Amino acid sequence: MAASVSGSQGPDSSTLMVGLVMIAVLILGISGAVNAADWAFGVHAGMFAAAAAIALAGLLFWHEQTDPPQRFDPKIYEEGIVKAGIAATMFWGVAGFLVGLVIALQLTWPNLFYFPDLGWTNFGRMRPLHTSAVVFAFGGNALIVTSFYVVQRTCRTRLAGGMWPWFVFWGYQLFIVVAGTGYLMGVTQSKEYAEPEWYADIWLTIVWVAYLCVFLATILRRKEKHIYVANWFYLAFIVTIALLHIVNNLSLPSSWAASKSFSAFSGVQSALIQWWYGHNAVGFFLTAGFLAIVYYFIPKRVERPVWSYRLSIVHFWSLIFIYIWAGPHHLHYTALPQWAQTLGMTFSIMLWMPSWGGMINGLMTLSGAWDKLRTDPVVRMLVVSVAFYGMATFEGPAMSVREVNALSHYTDWGIGHVHSGALGWVGFVSFGAMYCLTQWVWKRERLYSNALVEWHFWIATLGIVLYITSMWVSGIMEGLMWRAYNEYGFLEYSFIETVSAKHISYVIRALGGGLYLLGALIMIYNLVRTARGDVPADERRRKPSAPSLQPAK
Amino acid sequence: MATRQNWLMRNHKLFEKNTFILLLGILIVVAIGGIIEIVPLFYLKNTIEKVEGMRPYTPLELAGQQIYVREGCHVCHSQMIRPLRDEVERYGHYSLAAESMYDHPFLWGSKRTGPDLARVGGKYSDEWQKQHLIDPRALVPESIMPPYAFLAGRPLDLTMLTGEMSALKTEGVPYSKEMIARAADDARAQAGEDYDVEALRASYDAIAGRKGTVPVRDFDGERGDPSELDALIAYLQMLGTLVDFSTYEAADLSNQR
Repeated sequence: MAASVSGSQGPDSSTLMVGLVMIAVLILGISGAVNAADWAFGVHAGMFAAAAAIALAGLLFWHEQTDPPQRFDPKIYEEGIVKAGIAATMFWGVAGFLVGLVIALQLTWPNLFYFPDLGWTNFGRMRPLHTSAVVFAFGGNALIVTSFYVVQRTCRTRLAGGMWPWFVFWGYQLFIVVAGTGYLMGVTQSKEYAEPEWYADIWLTIVWVAYLCVFLATILRRKEKHIYVANWFYLAFIVTIALLHIVNNLSLPSSWAASKSFSAFSGVQSALIQWWYGHNAVGFFLTAGFLAIVYYFIPKRVERPVWSYRLSIVHFWSLIFIYIWAGPHHLHYTALPQWAQTLGMTFSIMLWMPSWGGMINGLMTLSGAWDKLRTDPVVRMLVVSVAFYGMATFEGPAMSVREVNALSHYTDWGIGHVHSGALGWVGFVSFGAMYCLTQWVWKRERLYSNALVEWHFWIATLGIVLYITSMWVSGIMEGLMWRAYNEYGFLEYSFIETVSAKHISYVIRALGGGLYLLGALIMIYNLVRTARGDVPADERRRKPSAPSLQPAK
Repeated sequence: MATRQNWLMRNHKLFEKNTFILLLGILIVVAIGGIIEIVPLFYLKNTIEKVEGMRPYTPLELAGQQIYVREGCHVCHSQMIRPLRDEVERYGHYSLAAESMYDHPFLWGSKRTGPDLARVGGKYSDEWQKQHLIDPRALVPESIMPPYAFLAGRPLDLTMLTGEMSALKTEGVPYSKEMIARAADDARAQAGEDYDVEALRASYDAIAGRKGTVPVRDFDGERGDPSELDALIAYLQMLGTLVDFSTYEAADLSNQR
């Protein structure tokens, strides 16, 4: 077994290192703010400097307040960061859902939700705010917090690196704030899901490498012989995202004090590299990482082992091998050479198998515990998320077929597809994990209210169904209208006719998104009451060990 | 079956017990697909060839493209016409790889909440573009596009162009030192101010290989220094106009590689 990474003589060396990094950020931030070539760069440099100053003050305060033996005690799990991560996940989740609702309303009632004097609230700037908030802020925090919890439990050791996990946590929040405020100020590289500019990308690289090191160092000092399957997925997620992020964001700033940079790649090369990145942001961020959640939280919650260990091995390696090839299906019929499109399509169809391997393994883990679907709404949420995963990973290969893509590409069908994955799969599995984690790290017998979990589950499920069905209707409709010909051989519809035909679908979509947001708010209320240790009135008189719902005889 | 299972489980221990072998295995497995798909694009003729008419953006157009990116126009408008009958009829000749060779990065987009813009240049008048950007629903009542009234009258920042063109030159865009030095004057000249138009036209037409690729006029109809609206309209009005498709032969052997 490898020795402790943080060293034995000074548990504070990691704090010192983080402090030095913060001093460097403070100096760079101040000089950047002073020399800024444009307004947005000045704001962001100031933001970095302010964050570093707050971090330094926090480190000093923490150093004064704690006794050395209490610091990073290797015999105690680090759970403070898990609590902070749950809060961050839910905060960013609600923020992201809210922005999503606003932009859905903008497309539905443009006269009410656009403000000519407030250009920064326009759809073009808010849409990346929505996608980044849900994918990277909500999803990313869910992944960081669950990975930090899972790696400690499955390795039976405290998180390695002392202060570094906290650097990862707060550094990541700073990245989110810089990225989000950047979109509102018009700072963007234009590449989907890789919009943040060069300095935010460099910062994320530093944070991400620290994340990888913390994760690896924790695995290295594990007290188990084997690395648990969830950790393979987390590791594949962390290391592949690092690779994708660095290559796709290679760019040259117009000046070292300007926010604008130009991608090192242009035209067709930049298109394929972007979608190699973009599709694997789905594959490794939104799939591999969340499969790790499935592989820990479902077995743990239903108290059954993973169904097939062998299937785990086969589907892990085949999933990560095949996913990487799938990017070109975003570029069918474009100027990308056809052989590359065909490769992307072929591997996308092959991807169906490992995806469903994961789904089957997750669902069948309930073998012998199917009754929990009825008695524990958190289990139901986790299982339905896996079902949505299966649905989205069936729809995806279908849409990657060139002839289907000819219809579906550029339409709302794509929007519906990502939301069945994002709301149904990523959202529900994250909610399930957060319900579990809140109960576990605050050491509660049960959640404050299972009834509220039921409400959350059904409201959110109804929201998802409204969302994806309305987008199927509008997407397939507009795709067919664009290619419709009249009896004289002319195009039947002008473009604007296809826009107005979608209005009803947009109303229903916004309603679905609103319901999903409402569900998340109910969840936050439930989590807060659970963390506070409140017991609902109707359960107060029961024995703590009795199940909350008795199965009918 | 039982022996196979044992073989898999037995050998997989190598990865499960050695952190760095697992890490290395992941890196190798995820690298293969990307390398095979991406690397050839830097060497294949049809992805790196130049087509007659293509030239780098003029300073005013480059500034317009950056406003296009800043406002997220690419979020709702694609710039990639697929070779499908209805698209070619609706938007024009399908897009060539060479037509985005100077876009760092590409702006093909992935969603058509609004129509494709790859060949919007010259389709509408400057005044139509101006009024439509200021208040889309004044011209198209059912439009769901955001209003961009704030672009009108906002002076274009010409100080950044030199650094931006230098960065692009480093990345291979054929700007000469003179073109970079003249950036601000060229932008003013193209927007109809009293600057040296001939130098602007000569240098960009020379790379394009044909005359008349640089339209010069007061795009926003307001006298004085170029506004952000000038730049954006200049960019929109040149989109898809550089390659002369009346002379482009898709069936020509040189285009069949």
